[in-house]
Amino acid sequence: MTEARSAVEAVFRIESARIIAATARIVRDVGIAEEIAQDALLAALEQWPESGVPDRPGAWLMVTAKRRAIDLVRRKETYARKLAEVGRTLEDVPPPEPADPDRIDDDLLRLIFTSCHPVLSTQARIALTLRLLGGLGTEEIARAFLATETTVAQRVVRAKRTLGRAGVPFEVPYGPDRAARLDSVLEVIYLIFNEGYAATTGDDLLRPALCQDALRLARVLAGLMEKEPEVHGLVALLELQASRAAARTGPDGAPVLLADQNRSRWDRLLIRRGFAALARANEAGGAGPYALQAAIAACHAHAVTYEATDWTVIATLYRRLAALVPSPVVELNRAVAVSMAEGPAAGLVLVDALAAGPELKAYHLLPSVRGDLLERLGRAQEARAEFVRAAELTRNEQERTLLLARADRVSR
Amino acid sequence: MPRYLTMVRIDENNAPAEGPSEALMQRMGALLEEMTKAGVLLDTAGLTPTAQGTRVTWSNGEFTVTDGPFTETKEVIGGYAIIQAKDKAEILEWTKRFLAVHEAHWTVTSEIREIAEG
Repeated sequence: MTEARSAVEAVFRIESARIIAATARIVRDVGIAEEIAQDALLAALEQWPESGVPDRPGAWLMVTAKRRAIDLVRRKETYARKLAEVGRTLEDVPPPEPADPDRIDDDLLRLIFTSCHPVLSTQARIALTLRLLGGLGTEEIARAFLATETTVAQRVVRAKRTLGRAGVPFEVPYGPDRAARLDSVLEVIYLIFNEGYAATTGDDLLRPALCQDALRLARVLAGLMEKEPEVHGLVALLELQASRAAARTGPDGAPVLLADQNRSRWDRLLIRRGFAALARANEAGGAGPYALQAAIAACHAHAVTYEATDWTVIATLYRRLAALVPSPVVELNRAVAVSMAEGPAAGLVLVDALAAGPELKAYHLLPSVRGDLLERLGRAQEARAEFVRAAELTRNEQERTLLLARADRVSR
Repeated sequence: MPRYLTMVRIDENNAPAEGPSEALMQRMGALLEEMTKAGVLLDTAGLTPTAQGTRVTWSNGEFTVTDGPFTETKEVIGGYAIIQAKDKAEILEWTKRFLAVHEAHWTVTSEIREIAEG
């Protein structure tokens, strides 16, 4: 009995995004589509334990959901006709057809673009995407974001309502709109990954399940948009970052810096997949921010030891990244790479330029990096002052201890 | 999300002599594409027959090298897949789909083992 139930749920999890997507095309509303998909699941839970699991359970769920969707549209149609008595032609409703892979792909893409629509807040986009495409329950989403289930449920309901009210069409955008909308899709997946990778709240540094969900979404998107270089760039970046997960924390849960990570614990399968995705991004003509960041991650993955890292290439990649998406944090990373490639003096020039600007005034990594460069240049007193300043700026207790220890060491 | 290694075991001596049919290869290709697009299939490959395999054993401080075929074994690993699934129910569902693309006269076993992480 429980076995039949878990089988039904597994099939539903595999198929739910496709079922919601196909249903949404018929009813033109992702909220209603999700409810219909849930109804189909309930029907399966009722019938399968008695009648046995059908030969093609996914197709069964799909046909059931589509029938319900068509019934609903027909009822509305009749209602609208009776109510208005005007000759408004509704779209022809297609009968349930055999699974057409292209059609399913198109439907899924529409669902992704709708869930990540800019009319929604970032939090709403994330919750809706995880719900409709990741197949996560509100409870799972709540656990991942340390929110209450009620909050997440409300967020999802409100997101669906916003989409309906704004009249967001269930479509994949074309033309000039497309690039901007794709950026929004990629951003949502990246944010989900980062929430898992650098958990902003809570005790754990890493929430692996969320990273895996994001990675799976990115892989799905890559399968749907094979010609988009940045999609492959994002997949490559996520695979490569995920490959380091096991090495990023010590036994006590404390973070381990890249330089100190045990590289034998990096996941070779994910690295290989990251390289392959990066190659696909390059073949598709990729030179966007995700592909560039993936290329930087690939440089680290290629290096057998930290000392073997090709900093010249990394510095070049950061220069291209800074040109594409100018940001003081990217510039600071570039300064570090330059200092490793050309020596601390070259890096200091870049850091000093940053220190003169206002953007990173409260960012502890700026004095921390500057202190490091000054120490390497033998300017101990100045280095000490920078480490102390960095310690004052950080909000992380472990980091503060580390920085004060460095300040102490350099002045002796 | 756990990763699983599925080892596909076949009986080399009783496998269909003509090998996999054209239709089987097509169904398999479509399924593997679907699994890749679903972000589930991380890696897969078929293996050449054990006639081309070799076993190297280290025991009592000595090596023994044995060339295939390994006729004493009834079932041999004919291929493998690394699949990332939410849980055991999901990997079971994918595995069933994988096995069901074979015609009824095949006997194929997928042994599912979770990959230890961390």
